[in-house]
Amino acid sequence: MGKFSGFRVTIAQVFKPKLTGNYPKTKRPKPERFHGRHVLNRYEDGMEKCIGCELCAAVCPAQCIYVRGADNPPNAPVSPGERYGIVFEIDYLRCIHCDLCVEACPTEAITETKLFEFSFTNRQDAIYTKRELLVDDNGRAQRQPWELWLGDEDDQTSGWMRATASAGQAAFEGQVGWSGELGVGVRAPEPSQDKTRTAEAADDTEEVALG
Amino acid sequence: MINFLGADPLLSGDIDLTVVLIVIVKTLIIFVLLLVGVMLYIWGMRKVIADMQNRIGPQKAGPFGILQSLADGIKLFFKEQSEPAGSDHRVYLLAPYLSIIPAFLAFAIVPIGGTVSIAGHMTELQLADPEIGVLFLLAMSGIGLYGIMLAGWSSGSKYPLLGSVRASAQMLSYEAALGLAIVGVLVHSGTLSTRAIVNQQAWTGIGSIFTDWFWLPAIGAFVIFLISALAETNHPPFDLAEAEQELTGGFNTEYTGIRFALFYLAEFMNVITMCAIAVTLFLGGPNGPGLGFVASTSWLNTWLMPIFWFFLKLMILLYATVWVRASLPRMRYDRLMDFSWKVMIESAFLWAMATGVIVVGRNEGWNLWIVTPAVAIGAFAIYYLLMACVPSNKELEEIR
Repeated sequence: MGKFSGFRVTIAQVFKPKLTGNYPKTKRPKPERFHGRHVLNRYEDGMEKCIGCELCAAVCPAQCIYVRGADNPPNAPVSPGERYGIVFEIDYLRCIHCDLCVEACPTEAITETKLFEFSFTNRQDAIYTKRELLVDDNGRAQRQPWELWLGDEDDQTSGWMRATASAGQAAFEGQVGWSGELGVGVRAPEPSQDKTRTAEAADDTEEVALG
Repeated sequence: MINFLGADPLLSGDIDLTVVLIVIVKTLIIFVLLLVGVMLYIWGMRKVIADMQNRIGPQKAGPFGILQSLADGIKLFFKEQSEPAGSDHRVYLLAPYLSIIPAFLAFAIVPIGGTVSIAGHMTELQLADPEIGVLFLLAMSGIGLYGIMLAGWSSGSKYPLLGSVRASAQMLSYEAALGLAIVGVLVHSGTLSTRAIVNQQAWTGIGSIFTDWFWLPAIGAFVIFLISALAETNHPPFDLAEAEQELTGGFNTEYTGIRFALFYLAEFMNVITMCAIAVTLFLGGPNGPGLGFVASTSWLNTWLMPIFWFFLKLMILLYATVWVRASLPRMRYDRLMDFSWKVMIESAFLWAMATGVIVVGRNEGWNLWIVTPAVAIGAFAIYYLLMACVPSNKELEEIR
């Protein structure tokens, strides 16, 4: 066909399924470890998980996190430990959603949800403070007035950190290595990874154990 | 006077108020039909191209997004109409209308149905049936060219001027090929009137598709007509006039709002008209098989089926134009010109002459087994001699 082969290419597309989704009406299922908006999690008794250690701020490559810790008030402690995060701010104009803060956090306090429809119209809204980031009394992310949640992402989200939990290694598969959280309880073990890779991964773990 | 108005039986008797009303209603119907047709064509084009690119296309405005182009049009109505300081004001205002009005008028000669009876008057389902027929189309597309040319000229800006020079050169070149391709049909039909041409392609059975409809007897003219009609309407792959990468938009760069929309309206309307003319000249117009299970005088067979066949053929051609739009990249300008002057015009000319010889030979009783090969050999010889006079691209490079 030569010069006219383009006609065949275009007409062939008519009979193929469409790649484009019908976005606001139907949404694609998101990956298990989608990096969306952050939340600050709480324990099942309502205590905040954040201990104000500032490791997330230290590791952040975009330097978008600002944390200040303070001693817990003895009569009304905010977190179970000695200190708590009194200030916690994330600047979403800078955040690159790399998830390094989640990996750094020793208490699983900060995690990334699957919420992505949180476009803002001014710089003030771009800076999420502790008031906006902290989960509500049911353990759900709080919906801000400028956020447009078109689906049910809030049902799929919370402090979920499979990527960084110990179960990320195949040797720990099926074991729960994380604490419970408000509104959700203790998360079930992560579903098994690709079967073909499991044996290979187990070998890797043995080497690590020997080393 | 009556002959000037055309062969429509409506105008051959006394012209009373009913006749005038029928003509006015026909005018309004054609007007609305074209506007709605363009609206649906743009929507359909976007949908079909989306299909061909694995997308969905417009889907928000109305069911399946069918009102998308209406929404676009309404938006353009309310947009600011700016005008460059260096523009030639009156011509600048005139140009869009010089473009749109011929686009409307050209459709008047297209027969979209059979001959029917309205309020006791027999009339043809087309707005006008002048004896000059197809020439009217060429005249209108010639005037439409002024719209584009003057738009670029009056904008007082460089890009529109370049765009309009390109567009006018291109349309002039392909108008020649277009006219010569039409001659290929006219030699067969012996008349310019569109209604008479359509009547000669009457449906007598499935064989009429190949023997009576002119697309096969005039296959060369048909191909040339389709290609030069695309070029004449600035349709991709010949949309040099609006090559954004080179001209930031072409002749309509300085136009905004509804004036800009008028140019696009005219462009798409011309595509529809050209396809309708192709249906009329080559594909039998509204002729097609009637419904067997009702009487041939039933309104289904006199009114509905001809209109149905016309629009079916029109849609197939329009789909083909969209297919071309989705498939082919834009041509380079020098190749566009080469293609017109070195290939299209010669082929159309030779086809017209060869058709003439064969038609005359058939009428005079010459032996077609001798005449046809002789004409073919003669045509190729003339073409070869003509091409031998034209320097090849390689020689042109050396001259430069």
